[in-house]
Amino acid sequence: MTELSGGLSEAVRLLLGGDPEVWQIILLSLRVSLTATVVALALGVPAGAALALANFPGRSLAVAAVYAGMGLPPIVAGLVVSLFLWRNGPFGTLGLLYTPTAMIVAQAVIATPVVAGLTLAAVGALDPRYRLQLLALGASRAQTVWWLLRQARLPLIAAVVAGFGAVISEVGAAMMVGGNIKGETRVLTTATVLEVGRGHFATAFALSIVLLVVTYFVTMTLTLLQRRHAAL
Amino acid sequence: MDIPRWSRHTILVAFALILTGLAAAPTVVRGQDATPAAQGKATLLATTTSTADTGLLDALAPLFLQETGYILKPIAVGSGAALELGQKGEADVLLVHSPAAEQEYMAKGYGTERRLVMYNDFIIVGPESDPAKVTAATSATDAMTRIANAQATFVSRGDDSGTNALEKKLWNAAGITPQGSWYVESGSGMADTLNIASERNAYTISDRGTYLSLRDRLALKILREGDPSLLNIYHVILVNPKNGRDIDVAAGRAFMDFLLEPKTQQVIGSFGVEEFGQALFTPCAGNSCGVEAAATPVATPVA
Repeated sequence: MTELSGGLSEAVRLLLGGDPEVWQIILLSLRVSLTATVVALALGVPAGAALALANFPGRSLAVAAVYAGMGLPPIVAGLVVSLFLWRNGPFGTLGLLYTPTAMIVAQAVIATPVVAGLTLAAVGALDPRYRLQLLALGASRAQTVWWLLRQARLPLIAAVVAGFGAVISEVGAAMMVGGNIKGETRVLTTATVLEVGRGHFATAFALSIVLLVVTYFVTMTLTLLQRRHAAL
Repeated sequence: MDIPRWSRHTILVAFALILTGLAAAPTVVRGQDATPAAQGKATLLATTTSTADTGLLDALAPLFLQETGYILKPIAVGSGAALELGQKGEADVLLVHSPAAEQEYMAKGYGTERRLVMYNDFIIVGPESDPAKVTAATSATDAMTRIANAQATFVSRGDDSGTNALEKKLWNAAGITPQGSWYVESGSGMADTLNIASERNAYTISDRGTYLSLRDRLALKILREGDPSLLNIYHVILVNPKNGRDIDVAAGRAFMDFLLEPKTQQVIGSFGVEEFGQALFTPCAGNSCGVEAAATPVATPVA
C-alpha cells in the first residue's frame, strides 16, 4: 500500500514542483490530444450531420459502421497508421513515424467515429418538425444544417468531451506510432507504462493522478462552456 | 435497407446463443484429474521481455504444464521490474538477465536460490553505412566511444531493463555520460526500440534473439558482437516466501527444476533453429558453459 500513499504525495510534488520534464509531458499530451480532437471535430461533425439528415442507399450500413468505429481499439488504429507510415509504407518518405504528428493522426482516427456517432445521435434526436419549419422559412440547405447543429450544441459538447477523453487516455496507439521517446513523443499514458515497466509503481501511480487531474480540468473547461451556452 | 423486425429478433437470439455457448465452453473441456492445474494452481513467473518476445516461454509453457501440472503465468516486464515484483512477493519465481542487480537482490535476502539457466549475447546494431565506424572498433567499449565521438544517433531503452543495464555499464566503462540530441531514450521494449533505431538510421544494443526475430524488416546490421562484455546471462531465482503473502514456493520450485533438467535444457538449445536458422539461447545449467568465468573480468567489482 506504500505505492498508493507514496504515489499521491509524488503526484502533488510533480504538479506543484514544476518538474520541467513532467510539464513537458503534460503539455505534449494536451497538444497531441487537443489537436486530434479538433481534427476529429472537423471531420466527425459534418459526417455525423450528413448521416443524420441525408437519405441514401446503404445509409443504415454507414450508420452501423460509425457506431462500430466508436469502439475501435486504439491499437488497431495505431497499427494501421504505422503500416502507412513505416519506411516501406505508402507514406514512408514523409518520415512521420515516431513523431507527435503521427500520434495526432492515429488519435484523430480514434476520435472521429466517436464525434461522428454522437453528432449523429444528437442531430437525429432533434424534433423533425424543427427542420421542416426551417425549410418552410426558406432557409438554404447549409443554413438548415447550421441551425440544426446550433440547436444540438449541448450534446455536441458531450461529443467533444467524449472524443477528447478517448484520446487523452489511450495508450496503445500513442505507444505504437509515437514510440514513447523521451522529450519527443512521451505522453502521460506512455510515461505511466514505462514507469510500470521499470517497477516504479509509485511514480506510475503519481503520473496516473496527474493524467486524471489534467483530464478533469479540460473537461471542466468544456462543461463551463456548455453551461454558458445553455444560459444564452 | 432496414432489416425486418422478425429477422432482428432471430439475429439477437442467435447472438445470445453464441455468447452462452462461448461462456460455457471452457467448463466442458476441463478435465477431472487431480493435477495442480485442475485445482487452479499456477506458477507466477516474472521475467524479461526477451523471453516472451522471442516466443521461448510459449514453447516451454505446454511442456511445463504436461510435466508438472502447473499452468505457467508469465509477467513479461523489464528485468528491473521483474526483480521489483519478486521483492514485493508478486511472483513465485523470476527469470532475469541483469547480473549486478540480481546479486544485490540476493544479498538483500529477497531470493532463496539463484541458478544459471542459459545465455545468449548482446549485439551492437546500426545502419549499414556505419557513420561512426563501429566495425573498426577494437572492443565493445571502443564501439560506444566511437558512437559518442561521432555524435551518431543512439537509441537507448531507457527503462532499467537488463539490456539498459548492460548499455549503461558499457558507457561507464568508456567513461562517457551520454547526453545530447544524438542520445534518444525510447522508453520502450526491445522490439519497439529496434524499430525506432531502424527508422532513424541509429545505433542501438539488442539481445541477439529479439534482433533475429525482427531482422527481415529492420534496416540494421550487426556491427559488433562476440565480446565477453556483451554476454547476456539468464538466471532463475526463487522468490523468498517471506517477501509477501501467498507466495507458492512449490510452484516456483517446480519451474526452477523444470528449467534446469536436461530435457528442458535441450529444448532451450534447439529453440529458434527451425525459424531463424540458429539457436537463440545457449543452455548452460549444468556446466556454466564457461560463461561465468568469461564474464568475470568485466563484471562490476563488488564494493
